[in-house]
Amino acid sequence: MSAQTQVAPAPVAAEAPARPVTLSRRGRRRRASRAAWNLVGLVVFVIIAFPVFWMISTAFKPDDQINSLNPTWFSLHPTLAHFNDAIHRPFFWNGIKNSLIIVSVTVALSMVLAFLAAVALAKFRFTGRKLFIVLIIGIQMLPQAGLIIPLYVVLARYHQVNALTGVIVTYMTFVLPFSVWTLRGFLLGIPRDLEEAAMVDGSSRLGAFVRILLPLVAPGLVATSIFAFITSWNEYISYFTGTSRHTDWGGLMAGSALIAIPVMVFFLLVQRKIAFGLTAGAVKA
Amino acid sequence: MSSSPVPSGTAFAAEASLRPRRRRPFSLAGALRGSVPYWLILPVVGTIAAILGYPLYWLVKLSFQRYGLFELIQHKGVGVGWANFRSVLHDSIFWDTLVRTVIFTVANVGLTMVLGTLIALLLVQVSSVVRVLLTAGLVLVWSMPPVVAVQVWLWMTNYENGVLNYILTKLRFGNYFQHDWYASTFSQLGLVTALIVWGAIPFVVVTVYAGLAQVPRELVEAAEIDGARPWRVFKDVTMPILKPIFLILTSLSIIWDFGVFTQPFLLIGQSRIDTSNYLMGIYLFEKGYFESDFGRGAAISILMLLIVAILSVVYVRRMVRMEAVE
Repeated sequence: MSAQTQVAPAPVAAEAPARPVTLSRRGRRRRASRAAWNLVGLVVFVIIAFPVFWMISTAFKPDDQINSLNPTWFSLHPTLAHFNDAIHRPFFWNGIKNSLIIVSVTVALSMVLAFLAAVALAKFRFTGRKLFIVLIIGIQMLPQAGLIIPLYVVLARYHQVNALTGVIVTYMTFVLPFSVWTLRGFLLGIPRDLEEAAMVDGSSRLGAFVRILLPLVAPGLVATSIFAFITSWNEYISYFTGTSRHTDWGGLMAGSALIAIPVMVFFLLVQRKIAFGLTAGAVKA
Repeated sequence: MSSSPVPSGTAFAAEASLRPRRRRPFSLAGALRGSVPYWLILPVVGTIAAILGYPLYWLVKLSFQRYGLFELIQHKGVGVGWANFRSVLHDSIFWDTLVRTVIFTVANVGLTMVLGTLIALLLVQVSSVVRVLLTAGLVLVWSMPPVVAVQVWLWMTNYENGVLNYILTKLRFGNYFQHDWYASTFSQLGLVTALIVWGAIPFVVVTVYAGLAQVPRELVEAAEIDGARPWRVFKDVTMPILKPIFLILTSLSIIWDFGVFTQPFLLIGQSRIDTSNYLMGIYLFEKGYFESDFGRGAAISILMLLIVAILSVVYVRRMVRMEAVE
C-alpha cells in the first residue's frame, strides 16, 4: 500500500485522461443497476398495493362491470350507488356511533393512565421497575384468543356481554400496555438536560414536568392516541362486519372502503412517529 | 436543592465525586419523592389487575370445572379436577391441529421475515421517488383492518370471476379459469398464509429499514473495499447489527401467527371449516365457545398460553435486557 502511494504521482499524471472514461462507465453501470432496482421496486409496489386499489376500484364500478368475466381496471362511468347502499344499510350508522363511543372512551382512559406509568418508566429508577416492564411486555404477548373465554364468562356474569362497558374493558386490556410502551419511547426521546435546566431555574419537579415535559411529549401523545384509536376501531369492526354477503361485491367493497379509508388517512399521518416510539430502544441497542 | 457539604481538597472529596452526583440525604420529603413512581404506575397496575388479573383467575378456575351453558346460567361450575386437560390431551384432533399450526406458523413467519427483509434492502437501492411510492403502498396495507382485507381477498379469489384467476391465466401460468381456491386444505391455508404475510410485511419492512439506517456506512464500505460480495456484506456486517431487531420481529410474528383467528376463520369461512383445516385459534373457538364447553375452552387456552410463553421467553428477556442497557 505504502509503496503504491510513493510512486503515485507519475501514474496519476499518465492516467488522467483515461479516468473520466472509467468513471462514466462505472456511473453508467450504476445507473443501469439503479434503473433495474427501480423496476423491481415498481413491480413489488404493484403487487402489494393491488388489493387496496382493487377494493377502491370495485367500490365505484357499476354492477355489470363487477359481475363480468373480464375485469374492468378503471371504470369509465363510476357510480356512487354502492356507497349509497352501504350507508343506508340498517345498523351502519348505529355501528359507527357505537364504535366511536367505545373507541373514544377507551383511548381517553388509556391515555391518562398510560401517560402516568410511562413517566414513571422513563424518568424514574425504582425497585420493581423491571417487574413492571415484564408485566407490560408480557401482556402484549398474550394471545387474544386465549382470553376470549374467561372474558366472556366474566362479562356474562355481570350481564355485560353486549353492553358498551364490557367492550371498553376488553379493549383496554390491549390498548393500555401498548400505550405505556410507546409513550415511554417518546419520553425517552426528551433530553434530560432540558428538565434539569428547568429545575436549576428553580422549578420543582412538577413544575418542570408541566412546563417542559408535557409540551414536548404532546405530539407523541397525539400520535399514540390516534394509533390506539385505530387499533380499537379495527378490533371493534371485526365484530360488526362479521357477516359477509358473498353476492353483493360492490356493496361489500364500498362498505370496506368506508371503514378503511379514514384509518388509512390517520395512519399515513402518524405512522412515522409511531414507528419511532415503538422502536426507541429496540433500534438503539 | 441544598448543596451537600463536601470538604474540598481531601481524599474524601475525590471519592465522593466518583459516586452518583444526585445523592439525596434521607428526609421525609425524600421518602415521599421516592414513592412518586409507585403512585404513577398504580393506576395502570390496578386497572390491569382488575381487567386482566380477574379474567386470568377465572381462566384457571374454569379449566378445572365443568362449565357449560347450564352452569353459565346457574353461575356455578362443577369441579372436575384435571378432566378438561386430560380430555384435550387425549384428543387426536388437538395434536393434529398443533402440528398443523406449528407448520403454518413456521411457513408464515419465515415468509414474512424473508420477504420483509428483502423489501427493506430493496428500499435502500431504489431512487427516492420509488421509495416514497413503495413506502406509501406498504403503509396503506398496514392500515387495512384485517376484516376488510379478508373481504377484499374473498372478492379477488372468488371462483366465478375473481381477478386472481384472470391475471394468472393472462400471464400464462396455466388455465385458472374458474379455479376454486377453496377446494383443498393446502390451498385454503395457502390463501390464509398469503393474506397474513401480505398484511404483516409492512411492519417488518419499516422496522428493518429503520434498523438498516443504524448500520455504519464505513463498515459496509470497508467490507466492500476488501472485496466482499453483497451476500457476504449482508451476512457478516449487516446481520449481526440487526440481530436484536430480527429476534424481536421473529418472536412477535410467532406469537401473532400461532394464535391467529380472524383471518382463517373469515377467509376459509364457517361452512368450509372442519377438523382437517383447524388452526389452534379455530380449534379453541369451536371446542370452547361454539360447543359452549367453557371449561374445556379454558383448558385449551391455558395450553396455548403455555406454548406461546415458551416461544416468547427469548423475546421478553431480550426486551428487559435492552431496557436495562439504557
